[in-house]
Amino acid sequence: MAVAARMGVEPVAYLKAQTRWRPIETVFWLATLLPFFFLPDYLQLASQIAITALFALSLDLILGYAGIVSLGHAAFFGTGAYAAGLFSKFVWGEPLSGLLVGALVAGLLGYATSFIIARFRHLALIMLTLGFGLLLGAAANSASWLTGGSDGLQGVAIWPLFGRFSWDLYGYTAYGYSLLLLFLLFLFARRLIHSPFGLSLRGIRENLLRMPAIGAPSRAHIRTVYTISATMAGLAGALIAQTTQTVALDSLGFERSAEVLIMLVLGGAGRLYGGLVGTIVFMIAHDQFSGIQPQYWYFWIGVLLIAVVMFLPNGILGGLSAIAQRWRAK
Amino acid sequence: MSAPAHIASDAIGKGTIALATRQLSKSFGSLVVARDIGLELPVGARYALIGPNGAGKTTLINLMTGMLAPNAGQIFLGPEDITALEPQERVRRGLARTFQINTLFAGLNALEAVTLAVCERRGLSREFWRNVAVHKEAIDEAHDILVKLRLGEACYQPTRELPYGRQRLLEIALALATRPKVLLLDEPAAGVPPEESGDIFEVVAGLAGDLTLLFIEHDMHVVFRFATHIIVMVGGAVFTEGTPAEIAAHPGVREVYLGTRRHG
Repeated sequence: MAVAARMGVEPVAYLKAQTRWRPIETVFWLATLLPFFFLPDYLQLASQIAITALFALSLDLILGYAGIVSLGHAAFFGTGAYAAGLFSKFVWGEPLSGLLVGALVAGLLGYATSFIIARFRHLALIMLTLGFGLLLGAAANSASWLTGGSDGLQGVAIWPLFGRFSWDLYGYTAYGYSLLLLFLLFLFARRLIHSPFGLSLRGIRENLLRMPAIGAPSRAHIRTVYTISATMAGLAGALIAQTTQTVALDSLGFERSAEVLIMLVLGGAGRLYGGLVGTIVFMIAHDQFSGIQPQYWYFWIGVLLIAVVMFLPNGILGGLSAIAQRWRAK
Repeated sequence: MSAPAHIASDAIGKGTIALATRQLSKSFGSLVVARDIGLELPVGARYALIGPNGAGKTTLINLMTGMLAPNAGQIFLGPEDITALEPQERVRRGLARTFQINTLFAGLNALEAVTLAVCERRGLSREFWRNVAVHKEAIDEAHDILVKLRLGEACYQPTRELPYGRQRLLEIALALATRPKVLLLDEPAAGVPPEESGDIFEVVAGLAGDLTLLFIEHDMHVVFRFATHIIVMVGGAVFTEGTPAEIAAHPGVREVYLGTRRHG
């Protein structure tokens, strides 16, 4: 204790300070409310961004914190979307229960596959997740009697939220609903990464080999976080099904898995906000570039991705925090 | 072969033996890396494991800790047969190790790394809804271990930025956080300049008296200073074992250990 006192920081106080809510976070979340007042024409886009950000956040939990690389995370997003869509079509259209069903089905699928995922690392893991994703995409396509195949799932009818807020054309309800869920799940993820379990995840990311030598059940930890992440991705999928009132086949396609990975890497993995910032940048760029040259917009994303990986290896947020630190040191 | 096995289980059963192996063997194809190894480490003993490069010293630690599975033989921790247990289950029963090459959490600082190990031992690591900072006792325990290993002032520095000698101490701190009964140290001072390696062994020597130690070390000054018992391994088998005095007087050890040709 004497040493810590000399340094002016107690260990407990130090760890607590690492996790405290910073003013910039309040600014960020207040800024997410701006579209309601200043960009009502873009509320549908904002809603899509919030949902995709939630999807990126789910990927960050496994990639950024536990070092599990996935190229098939859309499997859970799409499963959640189809589950929620089909639930509304065949059972009822109440949105919150539909959300729960989407999350639950995706979570179960995540739990089932986690037993395989927890046994592999690196390239094998990329190929496995890619394989699961492709498999599920093909299955959804062939089961067109249920999913509508490439025409998309039709007949999704969602009742007004809480029985009061109907799904307006502008997207006030859609954005409010998506943003609220993004915020709640962000708080959950934030709590998780600052918990003893979160510390163990970082241990897995930093050195999987050492974990058994300190008595840690790494595979059980990986199974848990993979299930949580799949549930969260499924919830994001359910949101997209409900707010767009349809489910397209590409919601569980390879492209969506690759894009969410790009968004997370752009923003910076392992920082929670990285996925959110990356999603905002990616989707606004998509919206702008595809207005100019719709068929070539991936060219610009390619340029952006190469530039970020070369010059900002920790993503946009990593770069920003490095600049902030240098500025503070002056 | 059944008679010595019977004797061994008697001694193990009395609770005076902390760690034992019986006819432990391991080979990769035709390469035998462990041959019929039978050892008994009494509680509180400090064993040095010596032998030329490739004698199978690290392999033996890997077998004991479960990082390698033996082809034959058994391993006992106290009275319990742990041969079939996973590495992390052995750690939870009190068998810890360190690594010859630093195997640390580069991106965590020393406080976070040791707190992680303490939380795992205390069974807190499945808790994902509360901040780690609420576990004051676990954090203080981690910090006390770091202070004891002279890492108190460096505990907020990321591991990758720590000087090499401090990283070696953090190796030991992580193992101690599991509260081991038996600690296996694989060249704890490997790569540390000779003038600093004494510091590391001073720390090791200062550990609790009921902790059973086995360490691999090449520096004979260190071995004779800190070990109460020495095991000499050659070619995957135990060549001889005894007290430092017995080993010093053993005619074959010097030649074998230095790798000179044996006569006869």
